[in-house]
Amino acid sequence: MTPPENEFPTILEMRSITKEFPGVKALENVSIRVAAGEIHAICGENGAGKSTLMKVLSGVYPYGTYTGEIIYQNAPVRFRDIGQSESAGIVIIHQELALIPQLSITENIFLGNEPRSGGVINWVEAHRRAIELLARVGLTDDPDTKIKNIGVGKQQLVEIAKALNKSVKLLILDEPTAALNEADSQHLLDLIVGLKARGIASIMISHKLNEIEQISDSITILRDGRTVETLNVKRDGVDEDRIIRGMVGRVLEHRFPERTPHIGEVFFEVKNWTVQHPLVAERLVVKDSSFIVRRGEVVGFAGLMGAGRTELAMSIFGRSYGNFISGELFKDGKLIQARTVAEAIDNGIAYVSEDRKALGLNLLDDIKDSVVAAKLSKITRASVIDHVEEHRVANEYRKSLRIKTPSVDEGVNKLSGGNQQKVVLAKWLFTDPDLLILDEPTRGIDVGAKTEIYGIIRDIAAQGKGVILISSELPELLGVSDRIYTIFEGAITNNIPASEADPETLLKSMTSAKKKVTVQ
Amino acid sequence: MSENQDEQKPGFHFRDLGKMFGGAQSSGRQVGILGALVVIIILFEILTGGLTLDPVNLINLVNQNAYVLILAIGMVMVIIAGHIDLSVGSIAAFIGIVVATAMVNWHFPPIVAFVLGLLIGVVIGAWQGWWVAYVGVPAFIVTLAGMLIFRGANQFFGNSNTITVPDAFTIIGGGSIPDFGPQFGYSNGTLILGLIAILGLVWQEVRQRRTQTLMGAEKAPVWVSVVKVIILIGVVGGATYLFATGRAGTSFPVSGIILGVLVLVYSFVTRNTTFGRHIYAVGGNWRAAELSGVKIKRVNFFVMMNMSVLASVAGMVGVARAGASGPGDGTGWELDAIAAVFIGGAAVAGGIGTIVGSIIGGLVIAVLNNGLQLLNVSIDRVQIIKGLVLLIAVGVDVYSKRQGRPSLIGLLFKSRPSDSGDEPIRANDPLDRPTIEPDGNSPEASSRSQSTTPN
Repeated sequence: MTPPENEFPTILEMRSITKEFPGVKALENVSIRVAAGEIHAICGENGAGKSTLMKVLSGVYPYGTYTGEIIYQNAPVRFRDIGQSESAGIVIIHQELALIPQLSITENIFLGNEPRSGGVINWVEAHRRAIELLARVGLTDDPDTKIKNIGVGKQQLVEIAKALNKSVKLLILDEPTAALNEADSQHLLDLIVGLKARGIASIMISHKLNEIEQISDSITILRDGRTVETLNVKRDGVDEDRIIRGMVGRVLEHRFPERTPHIGEVFFEVKNWTVQHPLVAERLVVKDSSFIVRRGEVVGFAGLMGAGRTELAMSIFGRSYGNFISGELFKDGKLIQARTVAEAIDNGIAYVSEDRKALGLNLLDDIKDSVVAAKLSKITRASVIDHVEEHRVANEYRKSLRIKTPSVDEGVNKLSGGNQQKVVLAKWLFTDPDLLILDEPTRGIDVGAKTEIYGIIRDIAAQGKGVILISSELPELLGVSDRIYTIFEGAITNNIPASEADPETLLKSMTSAKKKVTVQ
Repeated sequence: MSENQDEQKPGFHFRDLGKMFGGAQSSGRQVGILGALVVIIILFEILTGGLTLDPVNLINLVNQNAYVLILAIGMVMVIIAGHIDLSVGSIAAFIGIVVATAMVNWHFPPIVAFVLGLLIGVVIGAWQGWWVAYVGVPAFIVTLAGMLIFRGANQFFGNSNTITVPDAFTIIGGGSIPDFGPQFGYSNGTLILGLIAILGLVWQEVRQRRTQTLMGAEKAPVWVSVVKVIILIGVVGGATYLFATGRAGTSFPVSGIILGVLVLVYSFVTRNTTFGRHIYAVGGNWRAAELSGVKIKRVNFFVMMNMSVLASVAGMVGVARAGASGPGDGTGWELDAIAAVFIGGAAVAGGIGTIVGSIIGGLVIAVLNNGLQLLNVSIDRVQIIKGLVLLIAVGVDVYSKRQGRPSLIGLLFKSRPSDSGDEPIRANDPLDRPTIEPDGNSPEASSRSQSTTPN
């Protein structure tokens, strides 16, 4: 094989891995080499084969269901299940965390691996070791705290502590920062770098190319189930555009589509909006917030996770979050009521949730059912559904939004994230909204689909509708919006035209309160 | 499942057979269970030496099971919405005793008593629906309480006595269509019903093809439709003949007619109305439904209420069949109905299920029960067999779902085992990547672009 390029010895080599599913080759001759003590990123669009490759490595797809060789610590290995790969020191941390919310940190760390003396769990020992492990990942929480009471960022760290307990040598992280805010992400990335210093190699799968660029030593790019190339970050001077070029096989010139905004007059106003936390009465999640949206305008909302962006949006959308305290909505100068979701929809408000699978779609539905779900009355007469019309409408959106599917009768669970998101967009466009609120519309979808979503946003604004874009990705906010509000701890702290904004100003307003904000 | 129309060559395709009965993913299970029903009927017909398909036995079979199948209609809607109803047997018994008392002691005419029974069903349903939908107590608890409450109410109200109902009332439980017109030795009423059913089937198939044309959807070849209609006409015609040739004065039972009408009405409601769509939405993902403007409390309320109304119908049909109402009526009915629904392909977690599937599921149990009794298998062993059938039916379903296959029968008719994303889509420009990325256990990388990587 190829002589080692790095100064470190190889810890893992996967050679010519081919994995077939009925009717499709998910991986074809994929090879990857990870040096001991390096951070190796795997990039590729959704469906490129990243997760499949990791499942082959960790034994989820047991030896024999794929062809090719896995050499780990200089010896061929044949894992038949996750237990075998874990005892060899390969631990995978999935995007959806495998922690049990009702159990404590300690119980989770030692789940399935409890320190025992004579068949009885030694909780004293477990407790002691838990504190030790938590210290290693930089957590000072009480190990008796229940998982459900700590944030997602800390949960991710507990997962890593759990992996450390298994004396991990190769850590696989699948989209580790997808659900984290900037601060937590940075902490996690620092930790991964710290682990590297202690000789633990990591394989990281991420859509966030800036993070990959920041911490990885080498990058393997997959496309359509094949290895495209392996880049050495330092030597090749890799940047985001370089990675994207490898992933899509071409230069993606305009990540954000060109657009000439035609901004009309103010048509939607929120005044003094205040909302209480649904469970903790004394906590205000939205504080006296006022803002405006003009016709044809894309208004960005920037804020850290938990700042109250989603809470603000959902409470406006038929009070679907928290306890409404006070505030008024005006549309075209007239006071409107949107006390229920149905009223909000009737008033031309639409909300695309950040959580596509839990809140956006019924995954048991097919595409056509999903598209019409929020405004059935448009295809019914005397509450009887016109199936022909339903089909026609769904096909119309399939064409205009370019939803990739053989038929609108297909189940939405068979679509990729990007196409599911288009179905959700279709569902809300079908309600003829005047104001479309998009909450993290590009989360977890690949670069190509993102660009398409941006194009759709542009088209909606061009029709004279107002768009509110909530996003954790600052480049996206800056690239797509006309104007950006920042939120900090439930209050609006700034209002900047996108042309004058830059990431630094935004971040400053996102992390500190400000006295006065001009509404206009 | 994505044969492009331009790729469709004329002539015989084996997989077209799969389209004959359903073929879409949701009905794949129904085809499987329908196949099982046919097999069971044939098996018992042979084992009992022709007793199973004897007219007298068939009429019995319908009368004996109509009330459980009526319950199954309501139960599948409850289960689709993500709930369960354990109280239906007790409610049926309670309403039975009230209606019987009304006719015997208070001298209500049967029709008035019937309406009274329905009204009590509405009131009880509203009571239970209120607890489930507006108070938020899980339906399992509410209806477990209802099971105790209404069983007790039945015995309290009737002093644990049995009340014989007037003959006029028994027609809805064990009655036949009265003979009329010229006599050929057949029941004319049954013949007319059979004719209506056949015309309905033909009309349905024609309408479906027309709808598919309007949708521009892929249609099965004409011969598939023709063969399908011929088979259905054969089945319905055969059944009509059997029911029409029973003893003089008997016909297709009235309870069966009631059941048939309810099946038609509720199939329409679940498939074609806003309310039906909302039931599936609430069961599939109630949070997404709520954020789509569905009034989920109202949906839950009416689903639970509807169940109690159907329980009242079932209770009255049951009393009519027995000719009397007693303290032990309706015991275990809820479990028979629930078993029928799950054998018929509904999901425990909600969101999945059909009326027709549940009826077929109920018929499987009914035929099994009946056949085993004809074979003089004792009741204890019948119970064991029924339990195993339920377990195996759902087990096969779970297993085939995990394998990504719609059903056993669906498997026979499909050329390829995976039905997810195995058909590459033509890509025209680089952005036009097919991105069918199935969830969970399906292959991740089904998205292969033919334009970027030559295969």
